[in-house]
Amino acid sequence: MNGFWAILQRDLRLAMRQGADSVMVVAFFIVTTTLFPFGVGPEANILARIASGVIWVSALLAAMLSLERVFQTDYEDGSLELLTLSPVSLELLILGKVLAHWLTTGLPLIIAAPLMAVMLNMNQDGFIILMVAMLLGTPALSLIGAIGAALILGARRGGVLVSLLVLPLYIPVLIFGAGAVEAALLGISATAQLQIMAAILLLTLAAAPFATAHAVRQAME
Amino acid sequence: MHRFAKPSVFLKFTAPILPWLSVLTAILIAVGLYFSLIASPVDYQQSHTVRIMYIHVPAAWMGLFCYVGMAICGAMSLIWKHPLADICARATAPIGAMFTVVCLVTGSLWGEPMWGTWWVWDARLTSMLILLFLYLGYMALVNAFDDPERGSKAGSALALVGAVNVPIVKFSVDWWNTLHQPASIVRMDGPTVDPSMQLPLALMILGFTCYYFVVLILRVRLELNERRIRALHLSGMFDERSNPATAKEQSYDAGHNAEAKQ
Repeated sequence: MNGFWAILQRDLRLAMRQGADSVMVVAFFIVTTTLFPFGVGPEANILARIASGVIWVSALLAAMLSLERVFQTDYEDGSLELLTLSPVSLELLILGKVLAHWLTTGLPLIIAAPLMAVMLNMNQDGFIILMVAMLLGTPALSLIGAIGAALILGARRGGVLVSLLVLPLYIPVLIFGAGAVEAALLGISATAQLQIMAAILLLTLAAAPFATAHAVRQAME
Repeated sequence: MHRFAKPSVFLKFTAPILPWLSVLTAILIAVGLYFSLIASPVDYQQSHTVRIMYIHVPAAWMGLFCYVGMAICGAMSLIWKHPLADICARATAPIGAMFTVVCLVTGSLWGEPMWGTWWVWDARLTSMLILLFLYLGYMALVNAFDDPERGSKAGSALALVGAVNVPIVKFSVDWWNTLHQPASIVRMDGPTVDPSMQLPLALMILGFTCYYFVVLILRVRLELNERRIRALHLSGMFDERSNPATAKEQSYDAGHNAEAKQ
């Protein structure tokens, strides 16, 4: 467990020192969301109708863009190789790295989401559910994304490739995440969607670290 | 089973099977097309458009079948490190992707007169589209590395992760109440398709499956022969300066046995 905390602290410290990364993710999220009113027109009713979907899609893209830094820099400077050789289980270390990724990208997105919801004229009934759904959904995005990030280590054109690998796997989170907010806006209970999202999170939490560790070991061979 | 996983054994076994399988495929598809286009009854509601189904359903079935085959090959290559399993998985992906495209296109052609739209964001259509994206992602990933070995391994892992989509496609019509009709062939209380339509459908499904195996064998043989040529090039057999006497002693299969022993 010490290894887990150590890697978590290390990755967080790296993210803090480089600073810009977290801010960039949130800035990307805000800019992408801002594009939609220009695209579909500023009419308040239409924006309110599409707000939950727009916020989720933008969050998905923002989470995906930041995936590269989970393993890429460590792969290039060789520290990933040392991590695979360490006596601590690689799965645990990867869980630490994913948690650090979520704390530096997922969490800022959750905080920024209500702001964008206000700007898109979303009804206030949906805010709490939106944040709860993102709290359940974004860790799953980080876990699934880590698999893709590990698979493309050493590949040519890795950045474009990761979108093709990861986005199809993000779709269930998107469906139920947007569905939960829709239900809340219609005044129906969103418990079912949130429970499915919790199930997705638990499943990815159980399976993704093993798949990621496997992919990292392959990259090191 | 492991005995058959050696590329040389595969080449030896498939050489006599291939012509028979090709003939069988041609007969099955020809007879299947005759029954489905001419000798089967028209639907009382859909009239002749029902005939699209005889291409659409087998193509959909093959899209899923190929993905499952690819995932199984991927698992085998990760567990036992058979070089042949890698090659099979790689060879299956483009075939499966093509079947998925055929399924989507024929479905769209059928949907226009029947549903009045080329495309709806219905659960089964969408999950089939995701299946196509998974195939494309697999092919892009496998070819993205300078070392083909590494590409195959990464691809195998992706194929296994993506396999979660297969049950979603199969059961999407039962789980969500959608525009696409529910399962009518593989279901607990037997098929609900009329017997006169079952025969051409079964023939076409069998024919498509045989076609897949023919193309798979051809593609795997092509890949194996390409590897042989590469191995021979590397060993300097085609080098004009090398002595033909020593070159002759080299086993024709040297490259493969070295790979299989890994």
